[in-house]
Amino acid sequence: MKESPVEISVSERKPTCVHCGEACDTTHIVHNDLDFCCEGCQWVYQILHDNNLQEYYKIQQSPGINQRVREATDYAFLDEPEIQQKIIDYASSHLIKVTFHLPAIHCASCIWLLEHLYKLVPGVSRSQVDFLRKKVTIHYDPTQVTLRRIAEMLEHIGYAPSLNMGQLEEKKLPVVPRKLYYQLGVAGFCFGNIMLLSFPEYLGIEGDQASRWFNYLNWGLGLPVLLYGAQDYLKSAWHGVKNGGLNMDVPITLGIIALFVRSTIDIFGNYGSGYMDSLAGLVFFLLIGKWFQQKTFHHLSFDRDYKSYFPIAISVWQEDRWTTIPLSKVEPGQRIQIKNNQLIPADGILLTPATQIDYSFVTGESDPVFKRAGDTLYAGGKQIGSPIEIQVTKAVGQSYLLQLWEDRAFTQKKETRDHRLADQIGTYFTVAILTIAGITFLYWSGKDLNMALVTVTSVLIIACPCALALAIPFTYGNVMRLLADKNMYLRSTRIIEEIQRLTHIVFDKTGTLTAVNDYHILFHGTPLSEAESVLVRSVAHASTHPLSHQLDLYLNKYQLGSIEDFREEPGQGVTARVAGQVVRIGSANWTGAPNPGSNGKQSVHISIDGTYRGNYLYESRYRASWRKTIKVLARDYQLSLLSGDGDRELRRIRSVFPAASTILFNQKPKDKLEYIRALQDAEQRVMMIGDGINDAGALQASEVGLVITEDINNFTPASDAIIHNGLFPYLPQLIQYTRLSRRVVFGAYFLALLYNVVGLSFAVQGMLSPLVAAVLMPISSVTMVLYGLSASTLLLRIMKLNELPQADWVQTKVDDLYQFTT
Amino acid sequence: MGVIFLLIGISLIVAGGFLAAFFWAVRSGQYDDEYTPSVRILWDDKKPENSTSIDNNSTTVNKP
Repeated sequence: MKESPVEISVSERKPTCVHCGEACDTTHIVHNDLDFCCEGCQWVYQILHDNNLQEYYKIQQSPGINQRVREATDYAFLDEPEIQQKIIDYASSHLIKVTFHLPAIHCASCIWLLEHLYKLVPGVSRSQVDFLRKKVTIHYDPTQVTLRRIAEMLEHIGYAPSLNMGQLEEKKLPVVPRKLYYQLGVAGFCFGNIMLLSFPEYLGIEGDQASRWFNYLNWGLGLPVLLYGAQDYLKSAWHGVKNGGLNMDVPITLGIIALFVRSTIDIFGNYGSGYMDSLAGLVFFLLIGKWFQQKTFHHLSFDRDYKSYFPIAISVWQEDRWTTIPLSKVEPGQRIQIKNNQLIPADGILLTPATQIDYSFVTGESDPVFKRAGDTLYAGGKQIGSPIEIQVTKAVGQSYLLQLWEDRAFTQKKETRDHRLADQIGTYFTVAILTIAGITFLYWSGKDLNMALVTVTSVLIIACPCALALAIPFTYGNVMRLLADKNMYLRSTRIIEEIQRLTHIVFDKTGTLTAVNDYHILFHGTPLSEAESVLVRSVAHASTHPLSHQLDLYLNKYQLGSIEDFREEPGQGVTARVAGQVVRIGSANWTGAPNPGSNGKQSVHISIDGTYRGNYLYESRYRASWRKTIKVLARDYQLSLLSGDGDRELRRIRSVFPAASTILFNQKPKDKLEYIRALQDAEQRVMMIGDGINDAGALQASEVGLVITEDINNFTPASDAIIHNGLFPYLPQLIQYTRLSRRVVFGAYFLALLYNVVGLSFAVQGMLSPLVAAVLMPISSVTMVLYGLSASTLLLRIMKLNELPQADWVQTKVDDLYQFTT
Repeated sequence: MGVIFLLIGISLIVAGGFLAAFFWAVRSGQYDDEYTPSVRILWDDKKPENSTSIDNNSTTVNKP
């Protein structure tokens, strides 16, 4: 129920925190005439001020991370040499280089502060931030400061490093394919210089004896282009031919070799000046196309597996005290401690009396499961409530629910073959060119053998694989960039083709069709007074149960009172005393509800001073326009829904999905995976849309795995595409755009065909001089680039997709950061 | 006219030097991060604090 907006006078307007920019509503601290929303923020401000780092606040307004929830993470595990070795990049006696991932990096001030870390932490000599990847590389002297101290300091100022098990196992690969840059450098250098040396030729100046040396130089400059710049194309074509399949690189290689051979003969036999400029130009443009196509999104990860969710170290009861040990060292029989909101890393038996575990992470069930001492707890569940202790029964890598990752869907790499369409075209093209060359040879061999050789090589040269090879990189490369602009990120251009071939779309329910933690809350019973709402909110605020948290947010316009005697009964509810009244929030049983049973919907009952007052009903809020989205998609695709939840939403779903679609509930992750496989066995090409790790198997097995999220710092399972959840209503149009871009590519191929016809008409008559080639090649390449870029952009405008609202990523909240470390 | 060969030779060597410089730039990681330098360049250099008396024992802090 929304209030009508109220006029707020200046004196009533809430001040905002100088450090983090949030409103100072619940607490307000004034220090030196400046407002802070909490002690934490003020404290960070003080540290920065004391160390002469006030510039932080000048570069960007309110750049700080909210410090309301502060947890002192125990970084003791960073003292372990074994762990250190896996994290640091380089070590010597006086210098260590380490790279941390800091999800809280979000603005220019962050970069400034982190690069001035040396002022804050003696021993650090320099630090460099990679903003897009949210990483900082720190150089420090191990004799002056420890890795642990640096991590602690980073956390103090609000930039806690994210350390998880997945990072430990990451191989240290060079992040960027540098080889491509070297190749571009060589090709560009040689291309430019060859063209300079070919100037006399272009201007038609007759050469004398000495001009032969220019040709030799050209040949010499063309050699590195062939051997180094064109290396990958030559290798790929060779592989293709060896394995019997022709791919796009085969005609390219044919062209390159024809250019080189013909030029060698012409130059050394003194018949002409060769075509080295076209050769270098061809390779140069091809490499640019490759670079354009290779765009990756560094701030996203398409490759996370469950290990990214686990902390590096855990508290273990050893020798009468709690010590932190690396997770990999945990053995069956040990007693470990799991705090609130932490993931259980290994299967074990519950030792503490009772608790609730949220398995939505792994199984998709949104209701927490009530567990008693002696029950088995499976790894992957999230602990809710006060810390629990578990006796480990299985080693970390052998947990029951996480065996999903042993499925071949994960062990076999997803097919990485280059574009199918390009390969098909490449095949037809090669055949056509060889045929034309053959015919030309036959025609001329009767008349003039010399001419025959000239024309055949000309045909092979001018066949212009350049235009063909550039069509896809620039068109799809641009499509990828345009989609990313709208917050839909594809792993690679290959996914575009997969999307074009889809026949079936499978949806997950919770988190995909429904918004995460977004409930429609309605109170049933005599409405609560303002005072009573304050009571309820105060108690809800103190509870860690996700439903209580939602209630707290729903009631956030009410004040918070101070509570006493707070007690939590796992599986039942919470109780506390506020303003002298005893408030109970929880199950029907707990609060003495007269008639339990709320037709399967989640609800939270309230009683005040022993009197039952009513209950709040929670209804999952489905995403905006979800019905329309489903109906539109149903026109072109078969649809299915797989949910890990129970079937309480069946009727509503059935009313929206087409009658023929399969709706299944209580699906475990393995069930989802098997369903996808069954579809594929029936020749379907499947897109899986999910959001959590319980969809991981299905996402991996399907042709296109699409993940919906609102926070890119939320760990998302391995996928092929990531989309911002605000874009869900536009999903059909985005898919349609991707499909229509195929027509743009066909348009490009048509253009290429025109060029080929023109070029071939010169070639078969033996009139292909180096000058003609040198003109046609760049013109066709440039046209192809311009067409690819503009046509794909134009298509976006025609489809009115350029007017999509710019979705905002949620900035990681501080409490999220503390979830995954001990 | 023969001097042109000398000139071409020298210019190729100089150009080759630039290519080598490009290789060095790639190798030293300058192309690994193409975004952050664009932010860094906009910061002001800090003006050194002016002190009226010069202390012989003070050490200057060098920015790395």
